[in-house]
Amino acid sequence: MNKEYLKTIYCLFKKELMSYFNSPIAYIFIGVFLVVGNWLFFKSFFLIGQVSMRGYFDLLPWIFLFLSPAITMRLWSEEKKSGTIEFLLTLPVTDWQVVWAKFLGALSFLFISLLLTFTIPISMATLGNIDWGPVVGSYLGSLFLGGSYLALGLFISSLTKNQIIAFILALVGSFAAFMLSAEFVLMGAPNFLAPILKFLGLGSHFYNIAKGVIDSKDIIYYCSFIFIFLWLNVKVIETRGWK
Amino acid sequence: MIEIKNLTKKFGNTKVLDDISLEVKRGEILGFLGPNGAGKTTTMKIITGFWSPSSGSVKIDGIDVVKNSVETRKKIGYLPETVPLYEDMRVYEYLKFIAEIRGINKGDIKGRIKEVVNDCGLSKVLRKPIEELSKGYRQRVGLAQAIMHEPDILILDEPTTGLDPNQITEIRDLIKSIGKEKTVIFSTHILSEVSATCDRVIIVNNGKIVGEGKPDELAKKAGSKELIYVKIKGPKNEVLKTLENMDNIEKASVKDKETDEIYGYEIEPKAGVDLREYLSMTVMKRGWSIFEFSKRSMSLEDVFKELTK
Repeated sequence: MNKEYLKTIYCLFKKELMSYFNSPIAYIFIGVFLVVGNWLFFKSFFLIGQVSMRGYFDLLPWIFLFLSPAITMRLWSEEKKSGTIEFLLTLPVTDWQVVWAKFLGALSFLFISLLLTFTIPISMATLGNIDWGPVVGSYLGSLFLGGSYLALGLFISSLTKNQIIAFILALVGSFAAFMLSAEFVLMGAPNFLAPILKFLGLGSHFYNIAKGVIDSKDIIYYCSFIFIFLWLNVKVIETRGWK
Repeated sequence: MIEIKNLTKKFGNTKVLDDISLEVKRGEILGFLGPNGAGKTTTMKIITGFWSPSSGSVKIDGIDVVKNSVETRKKIGYLPETVPLYEDMRVYEYLKFIAEIRGINKGDIKGRIKEVVNDCGLSKVLRKPIEELSKGYRQRVGLAQAIMHEPDILILDEPTTGLDPNQITEIRDLIKSIGKEKTVIFSTHILSEVSATCDRVIIVNNGKIVGEGKPDELAKKAGSKELIYVKIKGPKNEVLKTLENMDNIEKASVKDKETDEIYGYEIEPKAGVDLREYLSMTVMKRGWSIFEFSKRSMSLEDVFKELTK
């Protein structure tokens, strides 16, 4: 991997990130994300009266479940529909570079949205003593969880020209991947399957990291999940013109 | 410069390209002529590395477009038929992105964009979002994008469709001026365009090359053939039968109709035979009469029709 390779990714990435902010959708998106998240959280925060963000990070996977597919739905399907994919993939770039750029662009957008929620822990720190370990862990976990949703959504977007279909399938796919390790699924699953499902589900790893315990197992799990879907994405792009 | 060998492309069981071989030299303007669906666009998509061939190979300066796609793409500027552009970007923003991704040095980007904007006449719309541009301006932005990195090879898929006559002339002039130093391949189904701009013409039909040569050569080849148009009063079927059975006639067909009795016929005589006298005698003998008689040489259009039937 040389400098020129990375420079090309950076150049594509810049264009991807810019295209979010070129449309009003980005601002609406961030606005809704902040309002819904904060409102749902603070609704119960003052009732419970604890200086903890646990409630917020219990909510976050569910908010992400809707927001991530909204970020990724157009990434490939729009290129396919408008034909710009032909322009993009006749530039001197590899399929991998394009997929990385799109993924990193989406992740950065999610990161920016997440950064803006940092007002919550800051305002909380003025109210009382806040335990920063779980807060930092939860943010990190959110980024990994979000990244996994995005990788999955990006892959699904490459399968269709239709953004709505991409959104719905990504939502269903992310939900399934998250719920694989949910309590009630594990209880209902046969004994030998339960630990496997627990490992495969996106949710269990998120709650591990959110506790503030950063285990390499969870990190490797998320990185592999992301990588597998980026790889599948590249494979789908490679089959263009096979019909 | 471009070497295409036994190129075949299949979609399922249908062959879109069937064993095409051709070579394009440096500095040549090659016109790709053919009806819709003949395989022009498919060939271009393979040369540019967007699609991969089912079999056969394309090499650019000896480099394979499948194995080393990134290298060959650097040498090519490509304008797809549909002129896909990023609608939400502004023209300047878009051109800057192109300049960067094409690896133009940071210090040279501004200057190069200025040159391209001048060449393509884009200075009026630089700050506009692409989605607001007219068809003509879109085409120019597409062209600007293709020539940004001064590629050795320019591939343009029907660059003049949807433009008004002035814009067509402009684009043709631009192609000609670029073609002085660079290799240009462009496709079209407008025949006059080919004779106006190309050094060489390839005619494709059903995925095969059916004709090749310089435009004037093709026209000359065609020009040696003559067509006779004759309007005869007489029973249609009988006249046609008589004409078809005459010596020295390749083909005869009904061209138009004036009344129930008077029809116009088009006759293609064997090369080098002057049929006029014999023809008029034959018609007189049968008791019919000739109302009109004219002779013309075959145009490029007739060649095209004949080859792509």
